[in-house]
Amino acid sequence: MSQDIVNSTTTTPVAPVVDRPLQAPGTRPQTGYIGKSEPRANAKRLLQGRGSYTDDLRFPRLAQVAYFRSPHAHAKIKKLDLSKARVAPGVIAVVDGYAVRDICSPWMGVLSHLKGIRSPLQFPLAIERARWQGEPVAAVVAETRAQAEDARDLVEAEWEELPVVVDMRDALAGQTVIHEELGDNICFHRELDTGEVDAAFAKADCVVEESYSFGRHTGVCLEPRIILADYNAGEHSLTVHHNTQSPHMMQQLFAKHFDIPEANIQVIAKDVGGGFGIKVHTYPDEMCTVALSIMLRRPVKFVADRMESMVSDIHAREHRVKIRLAADKAGNILAFDLDDLTAIGPYSVYPRTSGIEGNQVVNLTGGPYKHKQYRAKLDAVFTNKNVTCQYRAVGHPIAAAVTEGIVDAAAIKLGIDPAEFRRRNLIRDDAYPYTFPSGIRFEKLSHHKCLDKLLEIMDYPALRAEQAALRKKGIHRGIGLASIIEVTSPSAAFYGVGGAPISAQDGATLRLDVSGMVTVLCGVTEQGQGTDAIFGQIAATAVGVSLDKVRVLTGDTRVTPYGGGTWASRGAGIGGEAVLQSGKALKSNILDVAAAMLNVKKVTLDIIDNTIIDTTTGEKKLPLAEVGRVAYFRPDTLPMNFQSELTVTRHFVPREYAFTFANGVQGSLVEVDPDTGFIKMLKHWCVGDCGTVINPLLVDEQTRGGIVQGIGGAMFEECMYDERGQMLNANLADYLVPMSFEMPDIVTAHIETPTKTSELGAKGAGENGTAGAPAAIMNAINDALLPFNAKVRDMPFTPERVLKALGKV
Amino acid sequence: MDYEIETTMTLNGTQVTRRIAARTHLVDFLREEMGLTGSHAGCEHGVCGACTLRVNGDIVRGCLTLAVACNGKTIDTIEGVSDSGEAAEMQHAFHERNALQCGFCTPGMIMCAIDLVKNKPAAKREEIREYISGNYCRCTGYHAIVDAIEAVLISKQRLGGKS
Ligand code: FES
Ligand code: FES
Repeated sequence: MSQDIVNSTTTTPVAPVVDRPLQAPGTRPQTGYIGKSEPRANAKRLLQGRGSYTDDLRFPRLAQVAYFRSPHAHAKIKKLDLSKARVAPGVIAVVDGYAVRDICSPWMGVLSHLKGIRSPLQFPLAIERARWQGEPVAAVVAETRAQAEDARDLVEAEWEELPVVVDMRDALAGQTVIHEELGDNICFHRELDTGEVDAAFAKADCVVEESYSFGRHTGVCLEPRIILADYNAGEHSLTVHHNTQSPHMMQQLFAKHFDIPEANIQVIAKDVGGGFGIKVHTYPDEMCTVALSIMLRRPVKFVADRMESMVSDIHAREHRVKIRLAADKAGNILAFDLDDLTAIGPYSVYPRTSGIEGNQVVNLTGGPYKHKQYRAKLDAVFTNKNVTCQYRAVGHPIAAAVTEGIVDAAAIKLGIDPAEFRRRNLIRDDAYPYTFPSGIRFEKLSHHKCLDKLLEIMDYPALRAEQAALRKKGIHRGIGLASIIEVTSPSAAFYGVGGAPISAQDGATLRLDVSGMVTVLCGVTEQGQGTDAIFGQIAATAVGVSLDKVRVLTGDTRVTPYGGGTWASRGAGIGGEAVLQSGKALKSNILDVAAAMLNVKKVTLDIIDNTIIDTTTGEKKLPLAEVGRVAYFRPDTLPMNFQSELTVTRHFVPREYAFTFANGVQGSLVEVDPDTGFIKMLKHWCVGDCGTVINPLLVDEQTRGGIVQGIGGAMFEECMYDERGQMLNANLADYLVPMSFEMPDIVTAHIETPTKTSELGAKGAGENGTAGAPAAIMNAINDALLPFNAKVRDMPFTPERVLKALGKV
Repeated sequence: MDYEIETTMTLNGTQVTRRIAARTHLVDFLREEMGLTGSHAGCEHGVCGACTLRVNGDIVRGCLTLAVACNGKTIDTIEGVSDSGEAAEMQHAFHERNALQCGFCTPGMIMCAIDLVKNKPAAKREEIREYISGNYCRCTGYHAIVDAIEAVLISKQRLGGKS
């Protein structure tokens, strides 16, 4: 029995889980802005086109870089002639991999807790060999971007094409090996076995087996990747304006690979045009841009254009999964057996690795159910396509689709309604804390409450009745359900324990300003999710001020407390709790000052609505602005020995559980045209439980956006490659992103099961939608196809694939 | 050297004359030369709609429009319709419903939305969805955007009915 489970690493004793209400016992409940649908303050400038995205910044002596990329999926660089490019108008420098190698040390995308994971060293620019179409090979720096691109076209390369490995099954077979030094194409292999799986299958009354495949997608942040590096030789300092999700992580990596003290490096991410996990990795072209700024001692900017984004932003998914399920005749699931093969490109991406997605599939498959036996095998293999790494809902859509797909297959075989079958098998809401067969521990989930709510808002029986009536008229509708679990707010078990320089904790600093306003600084970052907005709500609530009095600043390593940034739905759960604790501490310190000013006991005072009040009489004593004025300008009027502390910092990291699991369930209603294969999504429902909902307005649209991204993967999006490893649709016209017309209205609802591991009680909400949508859609399509005895299993579900399933083409 | 052409346009109500390289598209010109960074380039091949702006009163893809082709024309950008107040009601509706997240698609979306109000004042949800289909949003689920536009249309219809 293998138990190399990533999240079971916490062996040190931890504090027991305690119930921590938002207010001390006996106090009047004051939730303030928590749970209120407040529009985001920082949205107004964006609505007027007055955001500060990285490409909007202007710098003196700014140079721009364009990259010459490999046109081949696998080829030896026989000759690289840069001479013509070097003399083109406006050109400042043209460099190859050897020149940059001296400035930037190479990296390797491995983590020690993913046992056995391997990857070769990777350099900013390919040296000797290129291993995917789109890998950067030479950099051209010029006065303007147009000049850099013109000169890039003058780079001449001679190539010797090498055999390519494109199909993951070929990669596994290993006839052609991409990295000779590794001996085969296996990046990461993992097995998990609870034991007794074969016995469970042997005694089962019902065994079902399916094979599913998932296309490669990419994130398509509407704002492409942008980095502007400004090295100052005078103080050996580096300022990087970067639309990254994780400024402190990048600061660490720049320090390490450019040998600059971390304290001399400032990473700033102002407005960021979408992240989705795309902007949280080390990209060779971005590292090279920093190297160029150091070499040229001036600011250098790189803006990926859309075509190069398509072959250089990380891709994700691309799995082939075989899954089996065993059940007894009463409809109880006994066991799952999983075999996942996934292709990750030629390198494991640094520093998070490309092993995590497959690892998540192993961890999460079967996650909502109460079976006891589970066996899983994973192979992540190298191929000559663009690299893959963590993209929104990492592994979840695959785990959810194979789980929910096979669960439906079992329900159908047993003749039980899919909703009823789930009811029988979902972990009971009173069964927590619960340890899942993969070793994951759940604190408290609410699968049954969520399912009940979903069926109610869908009006499930009515939909079934309508479906049956329409079928008689030749209209084929399908209803699909999908229950999911979602990893949120991870502890260090996700990355830190494996040696990655990624902070699991986050800090928040709150300051009372002279005017009685509150400034919040937090290490979590904003890419549009509304983190700044919820931090404002939490801070206002904790201190006792109105929302208009709070200003929030994130995304700058020089001014915010140290933190991990935004990924894995950690903003609200981790950053939010840090803000709450910091706010409570600030309030206490403000009351100290007020008590000194008024010469009363602190316990007799409170802050409500920007005012110090007497708790017993409710009488207004002082406006907060008066506290600020006295503390900063007239401290001489305060008692001798008294010092005001009106700036406080608190940090938070979840300790009791490796992950703060959230859960949810989705429903999908589709109509399939059996003659054309076209699928119309009629409506979609989602009930999510992200614990305390801080701002329903934000959670709802965040959920919907996630669902639409999930629908994209299920229905439209695929990075298509030919047998030579050429990406065939590397542009937005051919790579299909969901448009508003095809999207259904999406109904959302919430169940709130606050986590008791924090006072705020928030779990993450960012990935639930993406995790469950493909599964729900697939089940809906297959439900519509049931009378035809047809089934789709390969995403995206194009009309052609539907017609193939129907045997029509 | 790039071939440059002297070009005069009325930009957000003000006449400007510049020598512009013939190959420069309108968004690059506005962003790089005029400092109007509200128009965004999401794809530069005419698909995403982030560059949507108005030429002679009609919305166009700024990335597919050459700046020199705008000689003698009237250009309105998100900055212009914000400062004039023309987009205020739509911006307010977007804000109230959180019809934006990262905001990168938003200037183009607002330009398209106020164009819809002008051209299809009676549009229903399905038609709104179709009208804005040339504008990609990767963050929202489009639902809130449709809600916001629908709200503006309904309030205008109500006002229209009263007058
Ligand atoms: S930038 Fe013009 S359509 Fe995308
Ligand atoms: S809000 Fe980010 S793309 Fe629309």
